[in-house]
Amino acid sequence: MAESQSEPGGVEKPGGESDGKARQVPAQTLGLSTRHVPGKKSGGTTGNFKASLGVIWAIARKDLLLEVRNRDVIVSIAGFVLLVFAIFTFAVDINNKDNALLVGPGVLWAGIAFAGVIGLNRAFALEMERDTLEGLMLTPVSRDLIFLGKALGNLMFLSISIAIALPVFAVLFNLVVFRFEMLVIASLLVIGFSSVGTVFAAMSVRVRAREIMLPMLFLPIVAPLLLAAIEATADLVHGDSWSEMSQWLQLAAAFDVVFVIVSAVIFQFILED
Amino acid sequence: MIEVKKLVKSFGPTGVLRGLDLSAPSGEALVLLGPNGAGKTTLLRILATLTRPDSGTVTMHGIDATKSGELVRQNIGVVMHSAMLYGDLTVGENLNFFARMFGVPEPKNHINDLLQRVEMDHRAESRVRLLSHGQQKRVALARALLHSPRTLLLDEPESGLDQRARAILEGIIGEFRSPGRSVIMTTHHLELGLKVADSIVALDRGRVALHEPASAVDIAQLQAQFAEPLGAL
Repeated sequence: MAESQSEPGGVEKPGGESDGKARQVPAQTLGLSTRHVPGKKSGGTTGNFKASLGVIWAIARKDLLLEVRNRDVIVSIAGFVLLVFAIFTFAVDINNKDNALLVGPGVLWAGIAFAGVIGLNRAFALEMERDTLEGLMLTPVSRDLIFLGKALGNLMFLSISIAIALPVFAVLFNLVVFRFEMLVIASLLVIGFSSVGTVFAAMSVRVRAREIMLPMLFLPIVAPLLLAAIEATADLVHGDSWSEMSQWLQLAAAFDVVFVIVSAVIFQFILED
Repeated sequence: MIEVKKLVKSFGPTGVLRGLDLSAPSGEALVLLGPNGAGKTTLLRILATLTRPDSGTVTMHGIDATKSGELVRQNIGVVMHSAMLYGDLTVGENLNFFARMFGVPEPKNHINDLLQRVEMDHRAESRVRLLSHGQQKRVALARALLHSPRTLLLDEPESGLDQRARAILEGIIGEFRSPGRSVIMTTHHLELGLKVADSIVALDRGRVALHEPASAVDIAQLQAQFAEPLGAL
């Protein structure tokens, strides 16, 4: 049997197999697709970069639109984190300022971490319920762009949840957290948390006990990031300067750089059977 | 030309494809028959680049499917058991989203045409979760055709379709099958399979048990030869 030698974008000429030679006709003549597909690794032009950003945004926007319509993820995260705050106010006398300063930063980020795990679980479970993740995988978009799109969606959900939780935290614990430094700390946390979380959520989504597996696998990995966020927030609420919290911010930034890249690389291998 | 050589795939200890060889020339519709567990869906998933084979080669229009997945996916349209559509997006939003993923420029008119072709244009603004299974399948068929693929991979596309929708499906397969394009379809519906096929392949325990032109296939003989398996067809 003659093997076709068709090149990408070309089309075998009718009967091309019969003589064993690879003959090409422009794809347009048959009305077939030769368009550029975002996310193809060949390329590297500014146009490709813009197209890739467009694809990432389209995936994240789709997730956001679904969330606006069914409110599954943000309600889960924000609801859970507010419950954690409430429970800690019963357990610890936070009217005592020293107590609030001591436990407040830990409660804030531990609550957000636990709630974030619930949100990540839910976000991927929704994709699996109707096999839509496979639908996405059947498109020619590269897996790393799918990863970045999903991670951006999770980042937005987590950011919105933190924006809801932070004022409640500030009131309950009577701590000053609305400073520019908090924006930096929260941004560094959600970037790392969303990227690593997206990978682990994708990994555990087909596991029977995924509600348990995800936090058990994921939380130890993000422990350095949580530690950095808690310590930097402790410096913040104590009124320390940038220079004192910078070591923690640097740790968080280094974590983000390394794990965003590693997560993007790993993601493409974990979705296949 | 789609060519599969010595394809092997196991899930744990269970061998699903056991050295399967198959070729499907361009311009033809190839219909895969076989009982549950014969390997039809696994083969289709490998062709769709959703599943990686343990060994063997898959070449689609000259492209190695195991190495150039993105390129292959650019040229295939797939309808699987599940419609793979977002339930809380409308039909139009779903198709627009996938058009973006396939890099279809200015997809609005094309989407309208496709929805008319599958007779779902009146439900373009409906959320997918409100559609029946058959209607979702029709939208999935429109999604598979969005980017003018060279190969259609259909996994039991007739399931859940009423008579009218089945006629639409037959029409689309007939129109699609043209020089440079091919259709590979699995089905348990023997009559439909023979109606749309140029060639028939029967799989049995992960191997090709029969590969004949559809015109040469005798249904009675086929049923007799695979009496037990075809009981499920």
